[in-house]
Amino acid sequence: MTQSFATMRAGTGGTVSSRADHAPRPYWNPYLVGVLLGLVLLATYLVTGRGLGATAGFAAVASFVAGLFSPEHVAANAVHAKYWNGSAPLANWTLVLLGGAFVGALLSGAQGRRIAFTVERGPRITDGQRLALAFAGGFVAAFGAKIAKGCTSGQALTGGAMLNVGSLVFMLAVFAAAYGLAYFVRKEWL
Amino acid sequence: MFPLSSTMEFSAGTELALAALLGVGFGFCLERAGFGSARKLTSVFYLYDMAVVKVMFTAIVTTLIGLTVLSAVGALDLKELYLEQTNYTAQIVGGVLFGAGFIVGGYCPGTSIAAMATGRKDGMVFVLGMFTGVFTYAELTPGLDAWYTATARGEMTLPGVTGIGMGWWAAAFVAFLVFAAWGMSRLEARFAPTLGSGRI
Repeated sequence: MTQSFATMRAGTGGTVSSRADHAPRPYWNPYLVGVLLGLVLLATYLVTGRGLGATAGFAAVASFVAGLFSPEHVAANAVHAKYWNGSAPLANWTLVLLGGAFVGALLSGAQGRRIAFTVERGPRITDGQRLALAFAGGFVAAFGAKIAKGCTSGQALTGGAMLNVGSLVFMLAVFAAAYGLAYFVRKEWL
Repeated sequence: MFPLSSTMEFSAGTELALAALLGVGFGFCLERAGFGSARKLTSVFYLYDMAVVKVMFTAIVTTLIGLTVLSAVGALDLKELYLEQTNYTAQIVGGVLFGAGFIVGGYCPGTSIAAMATGRKDGMVFVLGMFTGVFTYAELTPGLDAWYTATARGEMTLPGVTGIGMGWWAAAFVAFLVFAAWGMSRLEARFAPTLGSGRI
């Protein structure tokens, strides 16, 4: 990296090429980010008594959308009703957390020059195939998170830090399934 | 003293402001680590970039140490912290589905927000898929929530189950992290040249 940068400098007669100017900055050291993320989670626990989450925010939007069609249906449905919040489903703690996360990621991405309207995929599949798999994966992951009462944020991180047995079992199941399937979907990524 | 929620009453507006603030830190961390990119995230499953495990495990250990120390000095009442009940069937079946969705879809719920925020179209579609999945769960299987509670085994933690104190577990997790860090650097050195060169 340093070397190619130096070559580019030399190649343009001492001025930094525009390409280097706009190249994405490197990500931070994962152990450093891990400590920072741990401190965010710790602060969340110390202030609210609960940890982080993500899936509940999606469930709140689902309740809101169902309510647009029929508030009676929401009242009759145990899951939608749980997130109805006295007809203010969008004032959901986790949904606002996700809104903050969107802003935080946008700030970090902008500073790191990593904003790009692209499709993340390996070289051996098309954008269309990748988008179809993204939709299917999102659907299945969400269903799994609902069954397990949490996702990587709400179960693995939040529960893991409390040494919650169910959270640790969930984390093992997630990694076992993903490692087991990785070979079969390698064309999507490698 | 802690958690603050046990000794003081936050207004609904304050709670949501706190959520937004903590969320900014959450999203910033995810993007800084590279988790707005599905290729970076899924590379952990091909062993050439273990950042996902490094970040997750370091975060868990950091929080665990913080909770352990604060409760040991009497500044935190652990019993006031919310603990999800353990339900082995739900956590295994849900975890397997979640893991499958992760490797196929390329994201998990939190990281898909970071991907969407940085323009990744597959992240936006993943979010749409998640929304459809959550909606379908509510419409087709609303009874699963009651089943979870009815068959749950209650609140279970490693210290509670084993009788070994939280401090010992925290020390064991730190030792495991050090060992895992060494192992992961070996894995990356082995697989990065063939699978990861110039790919992320």
